[in-house]
Amino acid sequence: MRLDLLLRISSKIFLPFIILFAFYVQFHGDFGPGGGFQAGVIFAAGVILYTIIFGVKKAQKDFPEKIFNFMVPLGVLIFTVTGLISLSKGYNFLDYDALAHYPKHGQHIGIIAIELGVFVTVIGSMVSIFYAFVGRGKK
Amino acid sequence: MNEHAPALVAMLPIIGAILIMLIRHNHLNWLIALLSGFGTMYYSIILYLDARSMETISYAMGGWEPPVGIEYRIDEFNALLIALISIMSFLILIYAKSSLSNELKKNKISTFYSMYLLCLGGLIGILSTGDAFNAFVFLEISSLATYVIISMGGDRRGLLAAYQYLIVGTIGATLYVIGVGLIFIITGSLNLYDISVKLGDVELYRPLLASLAFITVGIALKIALFPLHAWLPNAYAFAPSVGTAFLASTATKVAIYLLIKYLYLVYGFDLVYSNQIFIFVVLSLSVLAMFGASVIAIFQSNLKKLFAYSSVAQIGYITLGIGIANYNGLIGSTVHIINHSIIKAAIFLAIGCLVFSSKIVNIDQLAGLGKKMPMVAVCITISSLSLIGVPGTVGFISKWYLVLGSLEQGWWVVVFALAVSSILALIYVGRIIELIWFHAPVSSIVSENKIPFEMIAVTVLMTIATIYFGIDTRLTGDLAKIAVENVLLGEQL
Repeated sequence: MRLDLLLRISSKIFLPFIILFAFYVQFHGDFGPGGGFQAGVIFAAGVILYTIIFGVKKAQKDFPEKIFNFMVPLGVLIFTVTGLISLSKGYNFLDYDALAHYPKHGQHIGIIAIELGVFVTVIGSMVSIFYAFVGRGKK
Repeated sequence: MNEHAPALVAMLPIIGAILIMLIRHNHLNWLIALLSGFGTMYYSIILYLDARSMETISYAMGGWEPPVGIEYRIDEFNALLIALISIMSFLILIYAKSSLSNELKKNKISTFYSMYLLCLGGLIGILSTGDAFNAFVFLEISSLATYVIISMGGDRRGLLAAYQYLIVGTIGATLYVIGVGLIFIITGSLNLYDISVKLGDVELYRPLLASLAFITVGIALKIALFPLHAWLPNAYAFAPSVGTAFLASTATKVAIYLLIKYLYLVYGFDLVYSNQIFIFVVLSLSVLAMFGASVIAIFQSNLKKLFAYSSVAQIGYITLGIGIANYNGLIGSTVHIINHSIIKAAIFLAIGCLVFSSKIVNIDQLAGLGKKMPMVAVCITISSLSLIGVPGTVGFISKWYLVLGSLEQGWWVVVFALAVSSILALIYVGRIIELIWFHAPVSSIVSENKIPFEMIAVTVLMTIATIYFGIDTRLTGDLAKIAVENVLLGEQL
């Protein structure tokens, strides 16, 4: 642990930027390249980097596995609830026009909500898979 | 809400699956599963009634009109199968609680329910969607959930079976997507109805044929058509009893529907059946399935594996009807999809009861079961007899239509094959019946657990259904006739 001082310091510097870039890709998704999946993978890459540098034990204490396991269905729930809201307003399932007074505005909100769901699920599943692999044989 | 039924039948199980995964409560999970299963069943019946009273229901997902958007297209045929599948899975869910708490570890039960509902949602999605790529997505959803269900049986060989199915299933899905890709290049559309219209004036015959081959083989892997069936016996044998009953009564049937949809509604009767080689391949593989799988079933010692091989043989009957491709043959196929679903559910639920009470896995442990557990023994006997096709059971009805269909075509060889395969079925079923009723009880089976009421009730209900629909064919036979007349052969008749 002593020898990798350089790695630890530089990854600590990098981590906030990785997370920030993930959010940039997330919210810039409807103007430029990007979207929930890519943003989720970048975010998860940040957590994975942290685990590689600081060890599984510390990472799982700081980012408990339970949270990520919970995030997998949570994202799908966000997705479905968006669909159900349009359903409850009398529109077809996942019709974003229902989400705001102006259809165009509704489409914007809809995309953001859906991508948020994808983002949450992708982070959850990526990190869960990673934790499942690195945690093998420990218990 | 009724006009949104096409979306709701596919969404309710998935919402249930999400909620179970989020809450992960030991008692609530069953209730949530039951509730979403009931909701699905309710809307599937409404959907069927709607499909009967209207022409074809078209539902634009997300408000994007077809052919650009994803269309859910409900006609009398797929509405019938949606209703069948959601009713079966609801009944199996009632049964599931006690059986699962006996067979699974406590922390795995929530995951099982979640995967069960996810698989159900995927299967209903395949049935209801009118979009080639959306069908692939739902195929993957249901398959991924199936892999998990198979691996949860507790036996280590179950993991291997799940892995085997994972590899085979992925290959199947890949071939399917390649086929869809070819169609997309030819027609520029992914909407199945739109494709069927555009294929009418396509001159590129060879790529079209290639796409037909890719899609047929890809789906055949999911159906477990005879030489591609290797994943099925192990998967059925090592999955939890509830999982086996669910998969045997729904999953392969949905894949068969997808094949029928492509052959009749997308490529069209004329294109597919002007191709003599295609008919020959389908017919000979079906006959091989009826023979080969039945012969292998005779030599099995594991009870679930025996009936898994018998499933492969019975799938041969269904594809035989697709190959015969006349009015009676298709009715035979459609009726057998329904009947085989009921029969196999009854058998695997009865086996689940045996596993629950005394951990019976092998056939020789069945000796003297008639005295120990008469109720379950009667259920297994009756439902096995309907596998053979004894008059008065559902198996007879489907075989009757298949024989009629092949006689109309003048194919005596096929009629002969049907008769011989019934005799083979008689052999493997006969072994079981002999052991149950004419052998002295083995001392090793002691009835340990008392089987709960709801497990027996659902098993008996399914068994009664195998007799009831064998005598009164008004429901199954007539609904199948309507489906075949109005949807599949609409233009031929």
